Amino acid sequence: MKSTYLLLICFLFSYNMQSQEQYLTKNGAITFFSSTIIEDIKAENNQVLSIIDASKSKMAISILIKSFLFKKALMQEHFNENYLESDKFPKATFKGDILNFNNVSSLDAKYDVKGIITIHGVSKEIVVPTIFKRNGDTIFVKGEFDLLLEDFDIKIPRLLLKKIAKEINVTFEFNHKPYNR
Amino acid sequence: MKKIICTLFIFGLSLQYSAQDLLDILDKETPQVDQIVTATFKGTRILNGHSIENRKDKELEFLISHRFGRVNLGFDELFGLDQSNIRFALEYGLNDDLTIGLGRSSFEKTYDSFLKYSVLKQKKGANSFPFAVSLFGSIALKTIKDFDPSDKRTFAESLFYVGQVLIARKVSSSFSFQLTPTYVHRNTVRINEDPHDIFALGLGTRIKLNKRVSFNSEYFLNFNESKSINARNSLALGIDIETGGHVFQLILSNAITMIEKSFITESTDNFFEGDIHFGFNISRTF
Repeated sequence: MKSTYLLLICFLFSYNMQSQEQYLTKNGAITFFSSTIIEDIKAENNQVLSIIDASKSKMAISILIKSFLFKKALMQEHFNENYLESDKFPKATFKGDILNFNNVSSLDAKYDVKGIITIHGVSKEIVVPTIFKRNGDTIFVKGEFDLLLEDFDIKIPRLLLKKIAKEINVTFEFNHKPYNR
Repeated sequence: MKKIICTLFIFGLSLQYSAQDLLDILDKETPQVDQIVTATFKGTRILNGHSIENRKDKELEFLISHRFGRVNLGFDELFGLDQSNIRFALEYGLNDDLTIGLGRSSFEKTYDSFLKYSVLKQKKGANSFPFAVSLFGSIALKTIKDFDPSDKRTFAESLFYVGQVLIARKVSSSFSFQLTPTYVHRNTVRINEDPHDIFALGLGTRIKLNKRVSFNSEYFLNFNESKSINARNSLALGIDIETGGHVFQLILSNAITMIEKSFITESTDNFFEGDIHFGFNISRTF
């Protein structure tokens, strides 16, 4: 009898964990800027997938490289073909922990998110200060950080060094909704 | 005992279930979208002839092409460099799928105009499609006064038409090929035995050597030919070099001209006997 109770509790516990505490978005926004004296380059992706597991303070992001949109079609082609090689590396991903994560309230709360970002097949640990905010039953997340292209083995030909910044500024905004699988 | 094992088992199972990797969940939730295959070729030309690539919406491309004399002319002619054919062209993307072009070749003082329309695109994903299809049509006007003053060529008699179906497939990121069934109509021919209509099949390939350089080849097999000249199928080998908004193409070919009606039907040089013309295409996109 005792063990039947235990079984039931286990069941409830695990059920609770998966269904109540995960938040997901399929249309998160990521924008990046490269700014030099000669040229500003900007690209947007509004189809970013992001998930938060609030009970475990974990977060993961998946970005389809081909979904980045540029103002100039030729830039977009070069981005995919020459720099990110999206046929070979179709996705960029992030997986990490939300450090000292407590409850998310309707007020902005800043937490460091620490984890492994993988771009162009190269993985690197980053820490990103991120603002978390609860809006009804959704969790809104935003922040920005800088990436060095050379950290991800993305090479710029000498001729274009003046047009493409070495450091790329990335901003993100995700509005996660409760996720029930 | 049995119950405890059972409990442990279920506990373990549920633990495993909830510990499923978050990235796996994202993979599962990723919507299946069709991906249009891009950059089958780097430039709008494979070498001499058109590729399925169009100029994108509102983009203007300025194209300068040169073909020099035969390299086997030797040192006196600096291996053909003393002779030069040139074509200037402006090519504009009316939208992503439709490109219009205007060009002028020094060879026979010919003006040309073309339209290229992308009908079908190669796609990956749920509704995948194995190849891309574009339609190409051009008109060329020969304005050189190579006629007897008493027998002037009329405007209509100076016109040439070309229709092509471009069928291309990017097999992998490093290999693409294109089949190009071609129809050429000449309003005027040199002698009565010359056909007004010529049919040909083009085969073009691109092998990517690295991110910015590819090796291209192009061959046009003619099914009928002019009798008045010793016409030969055109062959071209070359290298594409891409830097930002430019594509440079370095070409070795037995053809000396850069428009379809000429290099497909009027090439007379034999590539394998050294009648090779060095040439290049430079494009700048605005």
